[in-house]
Amino acid sequence: MAENLSSKNTKLARMLVLVAVAMFGFGYALVPLYNWVCVDLLGLKNSTDINTTLANKAALAKETVYTVDKDRQVLVEFITVLNDNIPMTFRAQTPQMKVHPGEYYTVNFIAQNTSNKTILAQAKPSLSPAPVTPFFEKTQCFCFIEQTFKPKETKVMPIRFVVKPDLSTDYKTITLLYTFFDITDKK
Amino acid sequence: MSAFSAKGYEVKDHNTPQHHHDDHHDDHHGDDHHGPAKGWLRWVVTTNHKDIGTLYLLFSLVMFFVGGAMAMIIRAELFQPGLQLVQPAFFNNMTTMHALVMIFGAVMPAFVGLANWLIPMMIGAPDMALPRMNNMSFWMLVAGITLLFSTLFMGDGLGAGWTMYPPLVLQTKEALPFGIFSVHLLGISSIMGAINIIATITNLRAPGMSLWQMPIFVWTWLITAFLLIAVMPVFAGAVTMLLTDKFFGTSFFSAAGGGDPVLYQHIFWFFGHPEVYILILPTFGIASTIIPVFSRKPLFGYLSMVGATIMIALLSFVVWAHHMFSVGMPISGELFFMWATIAIAIPTAVKVFNWIATMWEGAMTFETPMLFSVGFVVLFTIGGFTGMMMALAPLDFQYHDTYFIVAHFHYVLVPGSIFMIIAATYFWLPKWTGFMYNERIGKLHFWLSAISVNVLFFPQHFLGLAGMPRRIPDYAIQFSDWNMISSIGAFVFGVSQLLFLYVVIDCIRGGTGIKATNEVWDGARQYGGGIVEGLEWTLPSPPPYHTFTEAPEIKSTIPR
Repeated sequence: MAENLSSKNTKLARMLVLVAVAMFGFGYALVPLYNWVCVDLLGLKNSTDINTTLANKAALAKETVYTVDKDRQVLVEFITVLNDNIPMTFRAQTPQMKVHPGEYYTVNFIAQNTSNKTILAQAKPSLSPAPVTPFFEKTQCFCFIEQTFKPKETKVMPIRFVVKPDLSTDYKTITLLYTFFDITDKK
Repeated sequence: MSAFSAKGYEVKDHNTPQHHHDDHHDDHHGDDHHGPAKGWLRWVVTTNHKDIGTLYLLFSLVMFFVGGAMAMIIRAELFQPGLQLVQPAFFNNMTTMHALVMIFGAVMPAFVGLANWLIPMMIGAPDMALPRMNNMSFWMLVAGITLLFSTLFMGDGLGAGWTMYPPLVLQTKEALPFGIFSVHLLGISSIMGAINIIATITNLRAPGMSLWQMPIFVWTWLITAFLLIAVMPVFAGAVTMLLTDKFFGTSFFSAAGGGDPVLYQHIFWFFGHPEVYILILPTFGIASTIIPVFSRKPLFGYLSMVGATIMIALLSFVVWAHHMFSVGMPISGELFFMWATIAIAIPTAVKVFNWIATMWEGAMTFETPMLFSVGFVVLFTIGGFTGMMMALAPLDFQYHDTYFIVAHFHYVLVPGSIFMIIAATYFWLPKWTGFMYNERIGKLHFWLSAISVNVLFFPQHFLGLAGMPRRIPDYAIQFSDWNMISSIGAFVFGVSQLLFLYVVIDCIRGGTGIKATNEVWDGARQYGGGIVEGLEWTLPSPPPYHTFTEAPEIKSTIPR
């Protein structure tokens, strides 16, 4: 009876340890799960992010022609952020502009490496409010590729975008934010 | 360590079967191989559930005061606007450490201590199922907390909040890996404790006690233990990802490498929400034990109590994102998590209803444990209501990260978990020590605590609604008055707890001189065990070192 009980206890304990280990794995499984459910199915991530694959970039190079809505104007604001105090300056040439939905615009962003080292940087976009994401299309962006900055180098980098005319009239302002991340050490 | 053994000797004398109360030497235990080991080493090597329960409880009592002292520093700094006492970095240390110490050092170990002491006695088992693992999980807890405290002496320490959100937390310097390893140890410790409790409840119930006859405290702990096993490893995974992101070049949460900081919040709260129920479910079990005894009525709705606990536990896995309504979720997500959260109000309301129905027309008396229990039912319900307010996604945008949430979770944790741990201590202390505690000081402790806890936390609702953000050392001057009142409440509450410390030590020493009977409380045998006789009340007070080496008979107290 006594041995019986202790082997019963050990068996149960082993099983529960297995559950705990499996749950540790489940924590990691949440990573692909999140990307699948939240990003792909629910479309959380900005389309600009998903479009960074090469195939999409080629497709984007062709500009779809939309009917330009001359009666309507949407304010597009540009915000720039440097992550982790990386030694750069970064700004949009025009902080904001009024655009007609359907028309293509080009805006220049200016970034300078203020250090004496070469920096490999990647810009990540973020659009708000989030629901405008599918209606904001970029055909050209410095965020599509990694950018190398030589010491003290200044770069003028254009983005070309269009606000699709079927964007709901509820949205009058769109904010586009770029964050530059230093990925020199990650390579 | 020395604090434990010093107090421990006192406890031991009353716990052992051969005790002589006026004789505080322990030389008369030596030749009895069933008794505890000699000397201070007993407390290191012990595998006895009562000894380990005592260790856990004393440890958590110490942590309660350490974490409380940190809260006093926070409230002292917030007494007036501007920076007076501490630097912002240290203030951030205090908010972070206060939370971690209170959750992992005070509340959880107190529950494990209660489980160790009570579950074997409640189900008629001789000890825990895995006594050596029991010892190991306690000492691992001590190691984890020690590691946690060591971060206070490293650079700026841990200051990104107990939730440790990246990217902020990744700016932590040398303290980060120590904090993470500490979480690992604390996690392993509580998983081992949980496994032990499940094994004990599953395999060691006295013959004749079915699952559906177990005392509610045992039920709530069984469910809590499953929650622990399910979510502590997920938390361990999340912090491991932080570790590799910081030191090994992974990009789980780094946008530069294609990761997403929001992912961390999902993983964290997948752990975090069940975790808050880990902090409250055993409390429900304690309330369901104490209220019937002092109402001299059987617990109302035993089955619905168990069912509600299971419902709460299951729902806790699908509500996590209500902690992140303002993070930018699709509307479908907001709605799902909002409705799932609102659904939790139903089983919780069942519980509150059952407690009130238990008291209804009962022959109630208001000894200290009952005072704390009634205070718990009222004040926990207030915390529940503010929880409902925040469950509503559109409203939550206003409350998010303000003092409103601080008020909410302190209402459910302080007059919730802490009050019931205190109530449990008053309730079972005579059983553990063999002496009654000082009832007069106990009652004074309750009234001071109950009043000051409201002075402390109620104004924080107003501060939050007016927009005062949480986790800041300084604030705009329009928040001054309520902050000052809140701080005064905090100081009174903090000092009041010294009464508790006094009562506990006094009782261990037998200060009142009133010996406790076996039953201790009138009606405890009949109503203290749910629907069967409360087994721990059939034992002598204090119970001998080894109890129920032969399984007791289970007597139903309620015609079913």
